[in-house]
Amino acid sequence: MDNKQLSKERVIYLKKEKRRKRMILIWQVGILVCFIAIWEISALLGLIDSFILSQPSRIWNTCINMAQNDLLVHIGVTVYETLVGFTLGVITGTVLAIILWWSRFISKVSEPYLVVLNSLPKIALGPVIIIIVGAGTEAIIFMALAISLIVTVLEMLNGFQNTDKEYIKMATTFGATKMQIFKKIVFPYNITTLFNSLKINIGLSLVGVIAGEFLVSKAGLGYLIVYGGQVFQLDLVMASVIILAIVAAVMYEAVVLMQRLVMRWYGH
Amino acid sequence: MVVLDVSNIEEKYQAVNGEITALKEISFRVEKGEFVSIVGPSGCGKSTLLSIIAGLMKPTSGEVFVNGEKIKGISNHIGYMLQKDNLLEWRTIYSNVMLGLEIQNNLTPENIERVIQLLKTYELYEFKDKYPSQLSGGMRQRVALIRTLAINPDILLLDEAFSALDYQTRLTVTNDVYKILKQEQVTTIMVTHDIPEGISMADKVIILSQRPAVIKEILTIDFEDENRTPLNCRKNPKFSKYFDYIWKELSSDG
Repeated sequence: MDNKQLSKERVIYLKKEKRRKRMILIWQVGILVCFIAIWEISALLGLIDSFILSQPSRIWNTCINMAQNDLLVHIGVTVYETLVGFTLGVITGTVLAIILWWSRFISKVSEPYLVVLNSLPKIALGPVIIIIVGAGTEAIIFMALAISLIVTVLEMLNGFQNTDKEYIKMATTFGATKMQIFKKIVFPYNITTLFNSLKINIGLSLVGVIAGEFLVSKAGLGYLIVYGGQVFQLDLVMASVIILAIVAAVMYEAVVLMQRLVMRWYGH
Repeated sequence: MVVLDVSNIEEKYQAVNGEITALKEISFRVEKGEFVSIVGPSGCGKSTLLSIIAGLMKPTSGEVFVNGEKIKGISNHIGYMLQKDNLLEWRTIYSNVMLGLEIQNNLTPENIERVIQLLKTYELYEFKDKYPSQLSGGMRQRVALIRTLAINPDILLLDEAFSALDYQTRLTVTNDVYKILKQEQVTTIMVTHDIPEGISMADKVIILSQRPAVIKEILTIDFEDENRTPLNCRKNPKFSKYFDYIWKELSSDG
């Protein structure tokens, strides 16, 4: 491509594109700024009760205050529990999906159980989990696992079973064993499926962890939210929710980044 | 020398609402280096026959021998090419053509060298580090052919291998493939529904009837032309005679 000699039309087009992108960004940031400003002003004017709905400046002060104390510990606990639950969910889920892919029989037999377990709100199992594994970090991790596991199994199994049959036939004509078909065709074919399920799972694990922390915990962002609610410190609740949103976004982006690296390595 | 001996093949399908006989009394032989086309009405069981020869399916009765050895399952002696090139998008061209050898645990230095030679001879070596999506349809099909030839098969089976390509690409690719096959002296059996394509490449055309398919005739194709290619033989006056003949044979059973 010759970049030096851009036609007039091209220059106009590029300018337009640039302007369009800038407008989108301006609106995105603008909405947030307006929202915060309106919130702050209405609280100052007494239009809303800042004791119940809090107020941006107070949330900010709470954040600063927390950062000087043990905020990092709470974030660390939540992230740690989420990552452990997530990793366990992904590995166990993928292994189970492989077993179900391998044996049509087992997959048919387990189908109704998977359907029921998938539609059951796993949080309902909370008390059972606490009684079985004890009221501690284990229960929280278990909750994260329970929420993400079945989704992973179903998602991965669906991907495995929908691998292009022609690819499999091609490998079969070379005399490939089932193991080879899995390693050389089915698994690499489903790298995208795997990452889609990772993206869903990181969010689901976080849901499990927060739910678990609501039920049993002495630390973590979920604990802060419940504690703040109980002592009627809405600033603490709001600040924790906002930090949680940031943590969730960062973890999601980490998965996206990982996907990009792996895809490049895999030549997609 | 007879490479392939198909002897009295019969194939019956079992379905819930009855039994279907797909193939009956199919027997023929193929000599080394021959190119045989199989044509027949659609749904007559051409591809089933190919699957049986490949060892992907067991016939209800009858036997297939390759170099005198009975086919009992998928064997390393047979290369099978499907309609789609099925190149794995996440592998480079090089690692795609090595797939067969890799599966058969046969990545010996001699084999690798042979495949590299094939890539070089057929002008694909410079693309070896590219990905399938960066290649044109015709080139992809050639890569698929080299992947199949990499395992050094005694017989090559082409199952409508060119029908996914557009017409123009198809003519060029059949020409290229024909050259490669003749040069490497590969014994080939091609199933096709395209009669001109069948004639243009074949030494013999096997005409199957409607279901239950039997062999109606084995037609020997000879253009009496030393430099025959699939493209130039289409202009040969005998081409349309062969075409009319096969067309009549295929239409005669209604």
